[in-house]
Formats: sequence, C-alpha cells, structure tokens
Amino acid sequence: MIHFILLFSRQGKLRLQKWYTTLPDKEKKKIVREIVQIILSRNQKTSSFVDWKDLKLVYKRYASLYFCCAIEDQDNELLTLEIVHRYVELLDRYFGNVCELDIIFNFEKAYFILDEFIIGGEVQETSKRSAVKAIEDSDMLQETVEEYMNKPAF
Amino acid sequence: MPAVSKGDGMRGLAVFISDIRNCKSKEAEIKRINKELANIRSKFKGDKALDGYSKKKYVCKLLFIFLLGHDIDFGHMEAVNLLSSNRYTEKQIGYLFISVLVNSNSELIRLINNAIKNDLASRNPTFMGLALHCIANVGSREMAEAFAGEIPKILVAGDTMDSVKQSAALCLLRLYRTSPDLVPMGDWTSRVVHLLNDQHLGVVTAATSLITTLAQKNPEEFKTSVSLAVSRLSRIVTSASTDLQDYTYYFVPAPWLSVKLLRLLQCYPPPEDPAVRGRLTECLETILNKAQEPPKSKKVQHSNAKNAVLFEAISLIIHHDSEPNLLVRACNQLGQFLQHRETNLRYLALESMCTLASSEFSHEAVKTHIETVINALKTERDVSVRQRAVDLLYAMCDRSNAQQIVAEMLNYLETADYSIREEIVLKVAILAEKYAVDYTWYVDTILNLIRIAGDYVSEEVWYRVIQIVINRDDVQGYAAKTVFEALQAPACHENLVKVGGYILGEFGNLIAGDPRSSPLIQFNLLHSKFHLCSVPTRALLLSTYIKFVNLFPEIKTTIQDVLRSDSQLKNADVELQQRAVEYLRLSTIASTDILATVLEEMPPFPERESSILAKLKKKKGPGTVTDLEEIKKERSSDMNGSAEPASVNASAVSTPSPSADLLGLGAAPLANSAPPPSSSGSLLVDVFSDSASAVAPLAPGSDDNFARFVCKNNGVLFENQLLQIGLKSEFRQNLGRMFIFYGNKTSTQFLNFTPTVICSDDLQSSLNLQTKPVDPTVDGGAQVQQVVNIECVSDFMEAPILNIQFRYGGTFQNLSVKLPITLNKFFQPTEMSSQDFFQRWKQLSNPKQEVQNIFKAKHPMDAEITKAKIIGFGSALLEEVDPNPANFVGAGIIHTKTTQIGCLLRLEPNLQAQMYRLTLRTSKEAVSQRLCELLSEQF
Repeated sequence: MIHFILLFSRQGKLRLQKWYTTLPDKEKKKIVREIVQIILSRNQKTSSFVDWKDLKLVYKRYASLYFCCAIEDQDNELLTLEIVHRYVELLDRYFGNVCELDIIFNFEKAYFILDEFIIGGEVQETSKRSAVKAIEDSDMLQETVEEYMNKPAF
Repeated sequence: MPAVSKGDGMRGLAVFISDIRNCKSKEAEIKRINKELANIRSKFKGDKALDGYSKKKYVCKLLFIFLLGHDIDFGHMEAVNLLSSNRYTEKQIGYLFISVLVNSNSELIRLINNAIKNDLASRNPTFMGLALHCIANVGSREMAEAFAGEIPKILVAGDTMDSVKQSAALCLLRLYRTSPDLVPMGDWTSRVVHLLNDQHLGVVTAATSLITTLAQKNPEEFKTSVSLAVSRLSRIVTSASTDLQDYTYYFVPAPWLSVKLLRLLQCYPPPEDPAVRGRLTECLETILNKAQEPPKSKKVQHSNAKNAVLFEAISLIIHHDSEPNLLVRACNQLGQFLQHRETNLRYLALESMCTLASSEFSHEAVKTHIETVINALKTERDVSVRQRAVDLLYAMCDRSNAQQIVAEMLNYLETADYSIREEIVLKVAILAEKYAVDYTWYVDTILNLIRIAGDYVSEEVWYRVIQIVINRDDVQGYAAKTVFEALQAPACHENLVKVGGYILGEFGNLIAGDPRSSPLIQFNLLHSKFHLCSVPTRALLLSTYIKFVNLFPEIKTTIQDVLRSDSQLKNADVELQQRAVEYLRLSTIASTDILATVLEEMPPFPERESSILAKLKKKKGPGTVTDLEEIKKERSSDMNGSAEPASVNASAVSTPSPSADLLGLGAAPLANSAPPPSSSGSLLVDVFSDSASAVAPLAPGSDDNFARFVCKNNGVLFENQLLQIGLKSEFRQNLGRMFIFYGNKTSTQFLNFTPTVICSDDLQSSLNLQTKPVDPTVDGGAQVQQVVNIECVSDFMEAPILNIQFRYGGTFQNLSVKLPITLNKFFQPTEMSSQDFFQRWKQLSNPKQEVQNIFKAKHPMDAEITKAKIIGFGSALLEEVDPNPANFVGAGIIHTKTTQIGCLLRLEPNLQAQMYRLTLRTSKEAVSQRLCELLSEQF
C-alpha cells in the first residue's frame, strides 16, 4: 500500500500531502522535510526509486512539481509511477492543462480527485472515465458560481 | 487575483491564497495568517449565525493555513456542522477538514460518527462515498468500533452501487489494517471472494486489494480466491488491448488489476488443481512472451505498465519457486533488463535478481550475469543502482565465485559512496569468512578492508578476524607474518594497529625465528605506532607488551623501561596508568611460570552468531539486503540447504569446507555421526552456507525452543510454514521415551520424509537413543509420530540433533533442531530436612564441586513461577530450608546407568538488581557445570 503521497515544488514548497497511515503532526513535518531534501538533491539521470527507512520512495517530476509516493517493499515500483501519471492525467482532465497554480488555488479539488482514485493507500478506480465522471458528478451538485458571488467575500 | 479557481470558486479563499503568495517574508506571511485567524475566530464566535457558505469558506481557509504548516486549534465544531449540510460542497469540505485534522475529542467524534451514520444510511451514493472516504482517511479505532460491522454489509449488499462497493472494500481494508480484531469475519467473506468475478473491473480492482490482505491473515478462508484470481488474470492477459476499454492503460490491459491479482496469488503456494496450475503457467508464459513483442507505443507509460506486470509475474514465479523453466526464463528476461537504457529497469532487474539468486533452480542462471553486474558497480551513475548491484553480488556469491566477487567489492570500496561503505565492508567480511577455503585469503581480505576503508571497519569486523585467527591454529603463523608486514607501512590505520597488536601479542613467537621479525623488531615496530593511537588502542598495546615479556624474555628489560617511563607510569589516563603500573609490577615479581600461566595463549572463542552479520542486519533494518537475508533465512528455516544448487553441494561434499569446521558444524557433513554444533548457538552466516549436504544447520530460533523444554516435557518444538514438530516425553530414573509428532501443515505430500536423530561421538557413549523409522510419505494435513527410546548411560553435555529431510513440491527441505534431551531429565527429586541439606552442602564444598552463576533476570521475577520451574527442572523444591525465605533450594539425584549423582542447588534472587545467583553443588564438576548452564537459562 501507499503510505503517503507528497507533492512539492522544485523550491521545496509542499503543495499537497496525503497520509494513509496515522502519524502525529510533528512526525509528518519531519518526514516531509527529510524527503523533500532527499529527492531534490538527486541528480536528473538517476532512477526514480530511493530506499527510505523500510519504505521505498517512488517519485517523478512533472514541470515544476515533484510527485512522490512512499510504498512498501513488496509494492510494484513501476506501477506506482503510473499511479502518479494517472493522477496527473486526472488533474489535467479536470483543470485542463493543469499547472502548479491550479493545485495551489484549488487544493481542495486536488484532494477530492485523489480520493476518487485512491482510498486507504490502494487504487480504487483506474478508469479515467469513471474517476472523472465521479468528480464531475459532484460538481453538478454544486450551486452556481453566481450564487456564491452574491455572498460577501470576507 | 488569478482566475484559476474552478467550479464553486470561493472568492475569499482565492484572495487569501493570493495574499499569502504575495508575502515577501516568512514574518509577513505569519502576520497575514494571524490576521486571518483572528478574523475567522471572531466570525465563529460572533452572535450572527453564519450561513453555510461562509462556514465552508472559513473552514477551507483554516485547512489551507494548516496545510501551510501552522497549528490550528479551532474550527472543528464548524466543520462538523458542515457534515450535516444538505449542500454537497459544504459537506465535502467538512469531511475534508475532518479527514486532515483528525481530532480525538470524544464529543466531536460522537457527532462525526453520527453524521457518517446518516450519510451511510442516506442511500445517496455520493454521500455514502464521502462518508466511506472519511472513515478510510481517519481509520481510527473509534471509527472501526462504530463502522466495522456495517461496512461489510454495504459491500456485499446486492443493491449497492458499484462505486460505493469500491469505496466500501478499500474502507474496510483500512479498518482491517488498523484494527483487525474489530472486523468480524463472517458470511460476507465468501461473498467478498466472489467479487473477483464481478463484471465491473473497478469493483474487482478494489476488492482484490481487500482480499489479498485478508488472505494473508486467513489463508484457509480465502483459498477459493486462487482459482478465481487465476481465471480473471487469464481473461485479462489473453484479451486484446481494446477489449477492456477504459481499463486498458496505454495499450496494456488492466495493469493495476493484473498486478493486484498476481500479488494475491503470492499469498499462496502453487495451485494444487492441475487445471488451475496449468492455466496460471500459461498466463505467466504469456506475460513473459509479451515482453519480447515489439512495444505497441513508444510512450514510457506503455513500457512501465507492461513491465510492472512482468515484474509482478516474475515475483510470483520466484515465490512459487517450483517451475525451473519459468525461473530460468525470468532470469533471462531480467538479464536483458540489466543492460537496458532505462535506469529504472536496471534498478528493478538487479533487485529482482537478488531474490532469484536464492532459488536453487535459477542460482546458476543468475551467476552467468556476474560480469554485467560487476560492470554496473563500476559504471552506474546512480548510487541506488550501485547499491542494488552490491546486493546482487552478495546474493549470487557462492564458493565458486567468492574470490572474484570479494575482489570486485574491495575494488569498488576504494571509490564507493561514503553512505554505503560500511555496509560493503560488512558484506565483504561476511563473504570472506563464509567462503574462505583458504584462511590466508580470509586474513588478507580483512587486512585489505582495513587498509582501504579502515574508518568503516567496525569493531565487530576486527574482533571477528581475531576470533578466527585464535580459533584456527593453521593460520596463526601466516596472520602474524602478514600483520607484521602490513604494519611496516608508514601510515597505517589504527584498526590495523589493534589487529596487529593483538595478533603479535598472541602469536608473535611464530615469526620470531626470522631475524627480520625478531622480538625486538616486532616490539619497536608496534611501539613506533603507540603515540599516534587513541587511548583504547594504547591500552591494547600495553597488554601486548606484557605478553611479549612472557613470549620473549630477552626483551623484558626493554619493555620494562618503556613501562617505567613517565609517559606511562604517570599517564593522565587512569586506565593506561593502571595497566603500566600493574604490568610493570607483574613483570618484576612474577616467576616465569606464573607469567606463563597468567599470560597463556587465549583459549578458543566459543562460536556464536557472527557479530558482523548481526551488525549488517541492524544497520540495514528491514531494507533491501536484509530483506534478502530474511528471505534466505526464512528459506533456510523451512528449506534449509536447498538454497544452493546441487552442484555446489556436491563440491562441498568432496572437500569439506574448513569454514564448516570453524563454524562448529563438524568437518564430516556426510556422516550422520557428525558432531552437533559444539555450542548452544550456531553461526548465523552459516545458516545459509552451502556446506551442509546432509545435515542442515540449526534452524533459527531453535535454541529458544530448546530452552523452553528444559523445564517441561511437552509442547511444540519447531514450526514453519510447512512443518510443525511437537514433543511429548516422559522420563523415569535413567530411562525415557519421547514421542515426536511431525505435522504436515501444507496440503501437499511430503516425500522421502526422513527424520534422523544425530548424536556426536561423545554423546553416543553417554546417551543411548533408539528410533524407529517413519513412513517416508506424509500426506498433506497429516501427522506422523516417531518414538525415541532413551537411556542415559553417563552424564552428558550436548544435546542430540534432530535432522529432517524431505521433498516438498519440487524442493528439497533440510532442517535441524536440537532435541531437548538434557541431563536434568534424569533427575529424581529428594526431600530432605534443613539440617541434612546443609550437612550435605558442606560436604560438597570442594571448589571443583561447586559451580556458580550470577546473571540478569530475563523474565519477571515471580516466586511462584520460579518454584514451578525448579520443580519442572526435576529436583525437589525444599521449603523452609534456606534461612532467607526469598531464596530457593532444591535437591535431587541424577540417575545414569553407571552412577547416581546427588545434586544440591540454591537460587538467590535479588529483586532490586533484577539478578540471580545460582549455585550448584554436585559430586561431579561436569554435572554441576551442565545443570547450572541449563537452569540459568530459565529465569
């Protein structure tokens, strides 16, 4: 199973964190610092896998963003890379040419999309159509933008 | 404000995020955040009731602040309020907040659980999905308590929507992982297995993960999943790439599901049903064939997905370890990857080959890639890949290539990354010891290690070389000569000075005949390093000097002069000063006889687990290499000796390896009379050595089990995945009878099942054992019994070894355990009065009759348990004998055919220090010694 997923920028700014195991906040922060540092210090031509404690980090860079999953030893590394890719595709489909800013400003959407795809560290739905449909369905349930715009800003 | 928010964009949130992004400094950011927090707090506390939208927006802002890394201590109640909103987005944000900021406030949890309950009951699939996601995200015990009973029902209910089923399956998996005790097994389990047949591939994908985890813990209950998984897999791998529509990923049909199914199958041995087995073999062959086909796309996603399935298939092939053809094909495939231009594939191929190396079918095939792997070590640019190459070389090493591999590793060590140097040092040290045919090579290798990477040579490594040199007299002269030469280098590592100092101190006399290494030259050489060394090394050298006084009386005065110098006698370091003073005094007043006795050559070290290997395991944790070690260890516990190919075994038979001897395995691996390990522990390195063609080394944990039987007669002696060995025994006077029960835990027959009880020559003269052969076939699930008749002729020290060999599936199993027939079994308790006891106690006051041991308590110090153990040990427990009521005394007679030996024992616990002092007095020293050893292990 995936233990956690981190999205961070080349500058080391954390953009999204998803934990599938329960850890104290302090521990999480420590792990994030450590892993961001490890991944950013890796050269370009290296493999996408790094041993880390008793887990394995599988990471890939998309434009300015690093996507990093921590998986267990017996998990499939290559397919984890494709989990990342499928997630990027889902984001792309939803936002249209997704970029880092989309994820910053719509972080909650990025979480919702991830939840449609992965639950408890395991892949739930691999069909892009089904996953996107689930998210779009939920958007249909939303009120119109205008309705919100009439509300006070602060 | 950028127009990037989508859908229900919350303008206030977007403005806030922009503000934060525009902050020029950390201080400005904190200021902005504090302003926002104050604002939100006042809104939440305000009199005016907030509408849902505002609540949602503020909760979302809090979430954002939290994700920036700031602490949030309020807002939970507002988030919980959102859960019961009818508006989807409000509910969704509420759930997100709860999932990310889990709070243990019990009142809140009650409210959250209530909201979840309502949503689960709503029959609205979107709401149910949200609720299930939340349970899975939080995964706490409280959640499990509230919902573990409900979710299985949702999962198997006929009218549940597919998407909800998917969420429910994985939600249940999460709860099972955190609180397995709270997930009730029941009717639903069989229905879950049938989800493998579901027509919705998304449902199958989610369910397979759940089933795999459940099957790992309850293999019997989920056995039927094997054939279902095989047929599902078969349908996928034979489908055209478009058949599965949306589940085809870059022309690869359902890669996620395929990998999950292959993982599920790795929970089980190869299918028994020949049809299922044939179908699975076909699948695996198809997957291997597809690897040779030209790619359907140039995209990396295509090759990753395709190879992901391939690697998982290879894992399954290795797991089954039963189809030589598939194993060799897998090995060839990995061989191709070793030279692939994709770094990821090279990395994975090296890793996967590591496990292949331990299969008897593919070990040889793996070995053919040695040059490629060595090349990888030299040319790979990525340290993680080089690390894998080191791991693989270590795994493929055997007697035939040890010299080459060790040489290459030493070579690599000169330029290796600092991060992995110590590990390589340990590995080289282990391999050199394990495969040393010629111990001069071993000594050279270790000295090279110290020369090349002295800083990374831990104490364990140089302790070990000294242990080995001391235990093997054929290498001592060579070692002395070699360290003497190595010490000639103008700059040598301090570790070399330590090894040199120790070895010359013990064996310098062996090279003293050569005028080039006369005693004085040896001394001057060592002393020239003295001042550059740290205190512990100097202390060691001082001991060497006093040994020299004994070995070489002709340089006594020179050494005394050195010891007498102010820099020694008045050294600021108390340890050095004390040694100098004492050694000087010793050299002055002691006669040569006394010196010779005091400074006698060190006795051989008792064999035990290689401290180096223990260190490697500790260092690596459960990571890669260790994992392999574990696998090997596991394998050797259930299929000892089969890890090495037959050809190697054969060579080991013809030239009994000196290492086997050293490791206490006996030099005659062929004969059933091979002496059992001379000590209580067998060297772990040895557990996977290839020296045992007949008798496997003791299975790990065997000693613990052995110790448990000292005070009891019945129980389980050994258990692994295949076999369980139970014991039942009774003893009277000098006779005994033991029933050994062998249970086949698998559903496959064991063939050529041959248990043999082995006694060393020594033991044979003191212990008469008669066994009846057992049926060579043990059916799956069956148990066979063997009776051992025992006669104790005279007192004895060692324990017999029970060696079991059989064939299981395609593999040869060979394992050994110590049979708990111990001297104390022939005790007859003797009751006596306090007066009698102390009278006898005094009679046995000759120092040779008494053995005493002071040791730390390993178990809680409970008087009742202690009493039970002493009675179980066989002696009478004498109450009100010892003036101190906290002490325990016992008495009994050991019956042997030739004689009877009266034994008295006294155990004095010290609760405060958590220590015991155990005293044994018997008329025979060896008996006191043995009984003391056995009993000391019990507390």
